[in-house]
Amino acid sequence: MEDIRYLDDVSSLVLNQDKCIGCGLCTEVCPHNVFELRQGKSTIIDFNACMECGACVNNCPSNALEVSPGVG
Amino acid sequence: MKESLDPGCSCGCDNHGNKEPVSGLQSTGVSIMLKMDYTQAGCGIEPKNTFADYEKPGYILSSFVEDFILSDTGLVPKVKTKMDKSDIKATIMVRSGIGRNNYKVAPGLYCVGNPDKTSEVMITANFKLTFDHLRRELENINAWILVLDTRGVNVWCAAGKGTFSTKELVKRIKLCSLEKVVDHKRVIVPQLGATGVAAKTVKRESGFRVVYGPVRAKDIPAFLGNNRKADKKMRMVTFTFIERLILTPVELNTILKPALITSVVLIFLSGFGPGIFSFSSAFGRGMVSVLALIVGIISGAVITPTLLPYIPFKEFAAKGIISGAVFAALLFLLISSAIYGVAAFISLFLFIVAISSYLSMNFTGATPFTSPSGVEKEMKRFIPVQVIALVISTGLWIYSAF
Repeated sequence: MEDIRYLDDVSSLVLNQDKCIGCGLCTEVCPHNVFELRQGKSTIIDFNACMECGACVNNCPSNALEVSPGVG
Repeated sequence: MKESLDPGCSCGCDNHGNKEPVSGLQSTGVSIMLKMDYTQAGCGIEPKNTFADYEKPGYILSSFVEDFILSDTGLVPKVKTKMDKSDIKATIMVRSGIGRNNYKVAPGLYCVGNPDKTSEVMITANFKLTFDHLRRELENINAWILVLDTRGVNVWCAAGKGTFSTKELVKRIKLCSLEKVVDHKRVIVPQLGATGVAAKTVKRESGFRVVYGPVRAKDIPAFLGNNRKADKKMRMVTFTFIERLILTPVELNTILKPALITSVVLIFLSGFGPGIFSFSSAFGRGMVSVLALIVGIISGAVITPTLLPYIPFKEFAAKGIISGAVFAALLFLLISSAIYGVAAFISLFLFIVAISSYLSMNFTGATPFTSPSGVEKEMKRFIPVQVIALVISTGLWIYSAF
């Protein structure tokens, strides 16, 4: 997927690291490898790959993630 | 549409074990005879229909069911891991966009191989194409398959639309008494289902822990072999040339009707000229404009999708302008003698580019990597451009007739 990219700086993804408990579920469910666990906290390593599917938000146990896509 | 045998309940997962005990059942082979009294069968004819006991008035036994096995909740259909000719035929139809909206299997519990209480439970959607994808990757695996009711939509789309959901998963687990089927408290949900499923809520409401499996069914054997761990590659979606190509027939099929209507309008518009309306002109110029429409459609619905990464720009609409311009030029090389005047050339060029750009933009809805926010941004920018091009094109086309 690295060879096909969509628009930069459009995703509405927000990660609140203070709330993150480091469970790593977001790294598991994200289909574009947007997250990585670093020092026990989820970190966004590829923001522009986010397609706002909401899988991470839906599964985050500590509500550390938010995404608010438009109507598309 | 074929429905799976549903002997007892609305969830399609059999009779929940509360009915008559079944004796003489074998989990393999085809000679399953249940509670049938042959002394009353008469005529001395050996019954040939081995599935006779599973037949029910008003139901058709699904061709992908090869047997039934007995679980603690009753009989569970065992499905083939090989595709029949009928499956392949139907797949081709659905991939062409025919009958795609009603291609379903009955939701409920199925199995492959000879699963027991320790076997995994694979969750899937009731789109038959999805179900086929799953079962053909489960050769030599003993597992339960719990099919959710997603109204015949694939896992990812259904998860986005809210039918492959926490609620439906919890409901289906309860309807099928999954706690009686397996001893463990674990279900394997396809990763792309995560958009609709909240693992923590499923755990709280059903007691079952969600383990996210790989994106693609073909990685399931490796995933299971690796202690239910998916590696990075299994977790990422792809959009290869073949994956893009396979989507184009459906794109074309959806465009067919509007394209026919547009063609009629084009032929009508082409008839206007110095003599107010001319049928010969409607035919001659009309054919040229319809040809331009076809070129625009092929450019936007086939060329842009398949050559996606090789066409410059990130906006799909812009990619469509590029491919449209190239194909307009190619068309002009071939039929320049049939086009009269600069205005007609500009008109056809703008028309092809606008159609191509619009259809390319439309393809964002079929890709696995475009964000809704990005698509919105792109539409705000390019729809006005497409409309203006179309208006100028129409004006020039009528003008060019005089």
